[in-house]
Amino acid sequence: MSEAPEKLETLLARGYQHGFVTDIESDTVAPGLDEDVVRFISRKKKEPAFLTEWRLKALRHWHTMREPHWAHVNFKPIDYQSISYYSAPKAKKDGPKSLDEVDPKLLETYAKLGVPLHERARLAGVAVDAVFDSVSVATTFKEKLTAAGVIFLPFSQAVQQHPALIEQYLGTVVPYSDNFYATLNSAVFSDGSFVYVPKGVRCPMELSTYFRINALNTGQFERTLIIADAGSHVSYLEGCSAPMRDENQLHAAVVELVALDDAFIKYSTVQNWYPGDAQGVGGIYNFVTKRGECRGRNSHISWTQVETGSAITWKYPSCVLRGAGSIGEFYSVATVNNYQQADTGTKMIHIGPDTRSTIVSKGISAGHGQNTYRGLVKVLPSAHRARNFTQCDSLLMGDKSGAHTFPYVEVKNPSATIEHEASTSKISDDQLFYCLQRGITQEDAVNMIVSGFCKTVFKELPMEFAVEAQNLLAVSLEGAVG
Amino acid sequence: MIRIENLHASVGDKKVLNGVTLEVNAGEVHAIMGPNGSGKSTLAHVLAGRPGYAITAGSVTYDGKDLLALAPEERARAGVFLGFQYPVEIPGVNNVYLLKAAVNAVRKQRGLPEVDAFDFLGLVREKMQLMQMDDSFLSRGVNEGFSGGEKKRNEILQMLVLEPRLAILDETDSGLDIDALKVVASGVNSLRGPERAFVLVTHYQRLLDYIVPDQVHVLVRGRIARSGDRTLALELEKRGYDWVSDQAA
Repeated sequence: MSEAPEKLETLLARGYQHGFVTDIESDTVAPGLDEDVVRFISRKKKEPAFLTEWRLKALRHWHTMREPHWAHVNFKPIDYQSISYYSAPKAKKDGPKSLDEVDPKLLETYAKLGVPLHERARLAGVAVDAVFDSVSVATTFKEKLTAAGVIFLPFSQAVQQHPALIEQYLGTVVPYSDNFYATLNSAVFSDGSFVYVPKGVRCPMELSTYFRINALNTGQFERTLIIADAGSHVSYLEGCSAPMRDENQLHAAVVELVALDDAFIKYSTVQNWYPGDAQGVGGIYNFVTKRGECRGRNSHISWTQVETGSAITWKYPSCVLRGAGSIGEFYSVATVNNYQQADTGTKMIHIGPDTRSTIVSKGISAGHGQNTYRGLVKVLPSAHRARNFTQCDSLLMGDKSGAHTFPYVEVKNPSATIEHEASTSKISDDQLFYCLQRGITQEDAVNMIVSGFCKTVFKELPMEFAVEAQNLLAVSLEGAVG
Repeated sequence: MIRIENLHASVGDKKVLNGVTLEVNAGEVHAIMGPNGSGKSTLAHVLAGRPGYAITAGSVTYDGKDLLALAPEERARAGVFLGFQYPVEIPGVNNVYLLKAAVNAVRKQRGLPEVDAFDFLGLVREKMQLMQMDDSFLSRGVNEGFSGGEKKRNEILQMLVLEPRLAILDETDSGLDIDALKVVASGVNSLRGPERAFVLVTHYQRLLDYIVPDQVHVLVRGRIARSGDRTLALELEKRGYDWVSDQAA
């Protein structure tokens, strides 16, 4: 059954295509991490004193912490002193000169995913000088947002233009002392996105990093902060279905969401970092902290993720349900193939009364992949009538993959209602034969069955993303049965 | 259209087919009857190419080609349809989506463009009416939560849309009440024609009141013990399978 499928194998390193438009000179600090390095980063970014101090507090705390190894993943300890924590935008010369120099396998994948031609070059890190169509799109896009009063900026620009908002909200959901990787991120974060949606504003479009041309390459320590003020509504899309290469193995991003009274934040991710080759060599370690706080009454945060990339994924998009009547949701599809490992899930912390949460997790394991769902539902004494529904399904392909489920439930209020459903299944020979007997190829049959399995999650994704995600799943599971 | 000669097949150590010989011509309807465990379903599955059976001797020629050399999906695209006795559920996969994928797989094989989604839906609705299926079917998953009768109707619906050249229906009548049986039979009859052949695998003669066969064969211990016209089925009903089994012994 589990013949090692051919996977994307590419020698490309992703160069910085656009660079930053800011005036950073190109230089790099020597590998290693100490207070001087943190001060250097902060100075380079012309940050206000409060932020420098915050970074330093994080660093001091980080020195007291140990790399966690409780997740169901295996990797050798990382030498954090061998990493360079600041490098100015890379010159284009490092990348391939044209698509002719790009691994044909990668190009084939782009074609299968329907990535537009100009995008293929950018993703593969080709040094194209031509300014592509989306610049004009981006301009219109920015005008519309400005008219609505929505702030959508690279994090570093937001620090310059809206320091008060940053000071008020940064670290209030994921404190600098939160966990090893988040603390490291707090000390050395490079850039990321900042969104503020004012009171009562419905953001006129889906916010996507795709259009945010100046902040495409935010590096390995990305920091995102999204604030939805009272009564506002915003949908944010992160990532891209096309496989992306990065020379940095460790990625430790932090995403913080704050939803005030009656606000709604929808955060969708399609993650497809380089997973390593078929033997499990290389690939990104994606150690991410994502958390949203429903701070206001009747606020609502919804996470949707489709995780197909990275060698190791360690990620638990969570909701702190503080406001009365607030709602948290987590919809996830995580796929592992070859030697990929994923330990992902969510935490729903019910603090306010009448808070509700929904968790739908779909794990697909193929090849030698190991897929773990780890989830916590915690109901504090103050959370009267809290409700949670969890559904956790695993699909196994082949006989060498693994699926593991660790649901934790802590309930401290007797009026709470918690439901948990779980299943583990295999694509049955009967299902495959049924499709074959109708003339459908094995590959199409597998895709069809897997998509059916993931349907409840895919329908949460914005339309275009859902189509991409489906194609992506098909490509990443290619050859997994057969 | 299809010529089966001295076909032997086994599952594991167990020999299930012991030299089946049968020829079905275009335009004909053949019924295969027989007691439980006589190899009826195995014959149907072997013809469709289900994995798990070892063909130890014999041959099957379909339209002059070696049918056994073709992969299951190639047989399907060549016009061989199996109506399953126990159609499997595929959760989350829409009925119409599967059907469309099946139709397009055949069209692709023939070098035709994909079917127009709007026209296709029209065709499906028309056939659904014939099968007395309601609109909710369109939005449901493949056999997901279907009753036994609904699953069987769905098999016939798929057959009507795919228009196979050779339809093998494996106990399509089992578990159907008399009304549903009539609906299924009228679906099959609507597709009868000079270009098409049917093999009906059934336990009971009841189905043959509604789909009148040209020939009836009785399978006993993996061989055809007796063949005849439809009066054979009536006689079987009166005298039971033991009558044929005893004769075959």
